[in-house]
Amino acid sequence: MSGQTVIEKLISNHTGKKVCRNEIAIVEVDGIMASDTTAPLAIKAFEEMGGTRVWDRDKMFLVIDHASPAPNERIANLHDMMRRFSREQGVKLYDVGEGICHQLMIEKHHVKPGQIFFGADSHTCTYGAIGAFGTGVGSTDLAGIMLTGKTWVKVPDTLKIVLNNTLRPYVSTKDLILFLAGQLGIEGATYKSIEFTGDALMPLSVDSRITISNMVIEMGAKAGFVDTAGLQLPYNFDSVKPDDDAEYEAVYEYDVSKLEPMIALPHSPDNVKPISEVGSVPIQQAFIGSCTNGKLEDLRQAAKILKGKKIDPRVRLMVTPASKEVYHQALLDGTAEILMAAGATLLPSGCGPCVGTHLGIPGNGENVLSSTNRNFQGRMGNRNANVYLASPVTVAASALTGQITHPQNIR
Amino acid sequence: MIIKGVCHVFGDNIDTDRIIAGKYTKTLDLQELASHVMEDLDPGFRSRLNKGDIVVGGYNFGCGSSREQAPLALKTAGVSLVVARSFARIFFRNSINIGLPLIEAKDHRIADQDELETDLIHGTITNLSQNAQYKGTQMPSVMVDILNEGGLTNYLKKYGAFKVN
Repeated sequence: MSGQTVIEKLISNHTGKKVCRNEIAIVEVDGIMASDTTAPLAIKAFEEMGGTRVWDRDKMFLVIDHASPAPNERIANLHDMMRRFSREQGVKLYDVGEGICHQLMIEKHHVKPGQIFFGADSHTCTYGAIGAFGTGVGSTDLAGIMLTGKTWVKVPDTLKIVLNNTLRPYVSTKDLILFLAGQLGIEGATYKSIEFTGDALMPLSVDSRITISNMVIEMGAKAGFVDTAGLQLPYNFDSVKPDDDAEYEAVYEYDVSKLEPMIALPHSPDNVKPISEVGSVPIQQAFIGSCTNGKLEDLRQAAKILKGKKIDPRVRLMVTPASKEVYHQALLDGTAEILMAAGATLLPSGCGPCVGTHLGIPGNGENVLSSTNRNFQGRMGNRNANVYLASPVTVAASALTGQITHPQNIR
Repeated sequence: MIIKGVCHVFGDNIDTDRIIAGKYTKTLDLQELASHVMEDLDPGFRSRLNKGDIVVGGYNFGCGSSREQAPLALKTAGVSLVVARSFARIFFRNSINIGLPLIEAKDHRIADQDELETDLIHGTITNLSQNAQYKGTQMPSVMVDILNEGGLTNYLKKYGAFKVN
């Protein structure tokens, strides 16, 4: 047996034996999470399985974020089902406005480096930002873990992506991950995991790292892992490193200093072009938020562009901070003031605009420039709208001019 | 497990947002989910679909969200099987977990309205309309066991835990 990749090590650590790619392993799970899209079905499945108590109430978290606060009576009743379950089981619930599930799991330290965490949301891969194995599952899969504390995984092959040098001004990890989605394609990592390494990662904040791992699912990956070298957390942790002779299915190396801002064109997150090749595209709606880019760093970067300026009167700019804590910090440090003075509408923390449930459904034929992770047809709630993806800085710059604009052109 | 039916063919990268839009996912009413299946992609699909029909995709069927409502909507609408050149992994797992059979066949050349007969256990797919055969990819035994029980709920009710040989 050759050396192990990080992902093989993390799975082995939770299986009690050394496992390698393509093996099926039953893992002990460190934590699970479900949102208001997936929790009601999971609770139903758990009860149908004969479940009465979740295996460990301190390791399960419920978050009301996808349609929060409830936009209608039916969703309000599903939220109440989650509240009732949380009370009965003693499971922690984050209620309306507290924030987006992935932001909360990291911000509240419910997931930690080296852990295995399953979430009933595809962007659970985000936890790779802090060196955890996070992966998305459906509701019934989650119910199985609620019952047993375990689940089965097929140990994936790993792709290694080496990132060298430093990002240029106005270029962020969102541009980097959009670029990689364009390179690998929307199924380029299906059934696989991705390990990110290289000196480009060293200076990156947790917020910047989150944007990288968040979008590995946009290449189909099971999990992403960002090298923990340089990772700053408010507590001590052990770093897991790959063996020197670990085997990767493929290794890709990139010089990130060559990147410019990137745009994903409708209707797929891998339909990516450098901004210089996109041309002038008018926009009617701009959105900064989501588990990908609604973090404090994202809001501050947008504010830097917007400070002392007004958005184009033909554009609506919506901002959803990723959590109540992010919102609060943005109020305290003046970021929120700058955004509002520029004409932005600040919305409660949640997933509504990104997933198209409420709070900003575009009209027919409208173009939206969004800092979210997906632009599938109908994604923001209207199949007849066009969603383009970009970094918060590019979204802010474009809101000022009314068309997709390189942030360096804002004076 | 032999499944026979008439095919409805879709292209590559059919994402879960197009199988069931996010705005319809907040419900436990499966019939309601089924009434919106594939709506954004093909508004006439629901009325053309007959019970037992087969949905066929190209590469990366079911990419995107983890929402289990996508395979549930297909199954409740009457779809008996999904065949694709490849599947996104969460959709694949979800389908098995809710008891919607699926099979991956890298090189299938199925056309719309072809009649198909599939043996899931042996991984053979016979296109009765074209008199052709395709080889299906074998799934892990734990998945076969879950599918044989009709889904994860019945599997865990029966065994109480996961078992891997």
